[in-house]
Amino acid sequence: MSYIQAKDINEKTPWQGLTPGGEIYEGGTSKLTLTGQWRVNRPAWNSALCRQCLLCAPFCPDSSIPVKDGKRLDFDLDHCKGCGICAKVCPFKAIRMEQEVHQ
Amino acid sequence: MSIRERLSGNEAVAYAMRQINPDVFAAFPITPSTEIPQYFAQYVANGQVDTEYVTVESEHSSMSTCIGASAAGCRAVTATSSAGLAFMYEVLYVAASSRLPITLACVNRTLTGPININNDHSDSMGARDSGWIQIYAENNQEAYDNYLQAMRISETPDVRLPIMVCQDGFITSHAVENILLEEDAAVKAFVGEYHPEHALMGRDHPLAVGPYDNSPYCMEHKVQQAEAMKNAKRAILDVAADFEKTFGRKYGFFEEYRMEDAEVALVLIGSTAGTAKACIEDLRSQGIKAGLVKIRVFRPFPFEEIAAALSHVKAVAVMDKSEGYSAAGGPLFAEVRSACYDLPNPPKMIDVVYGLAGRDCAVQDVERVYRYLLKIVETGEVGPRYIHMGQRSAKEEVLGNGL
Repeated sequence: MSYIQAKDINEKTPWQGLTPGGEIYEGGTSKLTLTGQWRVNRPAWNSALCRQCLLCAPFCPDSSIPVKDGKRLDFDLDHCKGCGICAKVCPFKAIRMEQEVHQ
Repeated sequence: MSIRERLSGNEAVAYAMRQINPDVFAAFPITPSTEIPQYFAQYVANGQVDTEYVTVESEHSSMSTCIGASAAGCRAVTATSSAGLAFMYEVLYVAASSRLPITLACVNRTLTGPININNDHSDSMGARDSGWIQIYAENNQEAYDNYLQAMRISETPDVRLPIMVCQDGFITSHAVENILLEEDAAVKAFVGEYHPEHALMGRDHPLAVGPYDNSPYCMEHKVQQAEAMKNAKRAILDVAADFEKTFGRKYGFFEEYRMEDAEVALVLIGSTAGTAKACIEDLRSQGIKAGLVKIRVFRPFPFEEIAAALSHVKAVAVMDKSEGYSAAGGPLFAEVRSACYDLPNPPKMIDVVYGLAGRDCAVQDVERVYRYLLKIVETGEVGPRYIHMGQRSAKEEVLGNGL
């Protein structure tokens, strides 16, 4: 049985080292794809205004608002695509969308 | 012990399916392959198989059902013809690129339009670049034998490609012929069970099939697929060797008939081979050295082997039973002629497009082609390379005006 793992595959892997047909043998491999690079706008979280109502987290289509012990943490900017839904649903104006500046 | 029977080509394939007892049959009827799901439905109703028989609303759905079932780890089969195969077009590529060894019984019928239900090879030739292995039969026996070999070829671990087992619509599918069938237990032992390395069901590890493949990876996967098709050549010969050892009937990439000293030869696919063989016997009795290469395996294409088989021949007519509308000849011609390009003394080669949409091809038609090749050998002049035969015409055509 061969189980090539997603973490062992990258854009330098030769064809012989990829799985047949691009099969994936584990869950959660989307974490390895840094979709944050696609972002045009980035969300900025003002923790002083945030009341921890947690409305933003379930609305996030990319699971980029980590929640720990009943409280949201700062954005996972490796995966947030900057869609702005969180800013739209926040009742306390604790999230503001800003222009992304890529290096 | 083989069993002597008389069956049509469709019956023979359905019989083979019953013996193999596949996990899933995705069924949608289309002439002339309809009888295959029809006969198989009786086996299901009689309890002779425990196959999941899925009746669907289209061929796009039947192939999609096969894809799902195969990804789940099942042996999945279907049957189709003509527009049905065309309707599968999108998902044929999904099956092949996902490396799913699905078996499709293709009963060759012309593609519409104009609408017509009779035989030519335009349906499967249209799918020739979809990544499927394609094996063709001359008669009912070969349709049966090819079906028994198909799954082992397709499921070979370094192949993992879907396979089309083709026979000529009506001519083979509906004509009842003598046939040697093999015993159920012997067939089951030969075909074996399917245990894929990875599957969506019944395993303790997760699997995703057919994920989005962006440009840094997609070409590499297509190269893998191309390599798998090369590997299929070895698998086809290995399975054929075991088939011969087990059941005594010999198969290869193609059949060479009276080719050892042939000066003129035809290359063709399917049931016309029987007609050509009868013609060859007539011509041989008159001292004419005529031969035939009957293609069995079109994908993977036996490039070097075909060239070697034709290397000593003076003139060859490739008989295309489908139009390519390339304005330069049919698909078989393009490939056979290309294969012979590297020969030090390639034969003179013409393309004869014939038998479209059920147009009959009799012994005297084949004889006209051989006589025309003899004229080419005699004069050294090839003349037109892309010729149609059998059509009515207001002018004198190269191979007669069909009236």
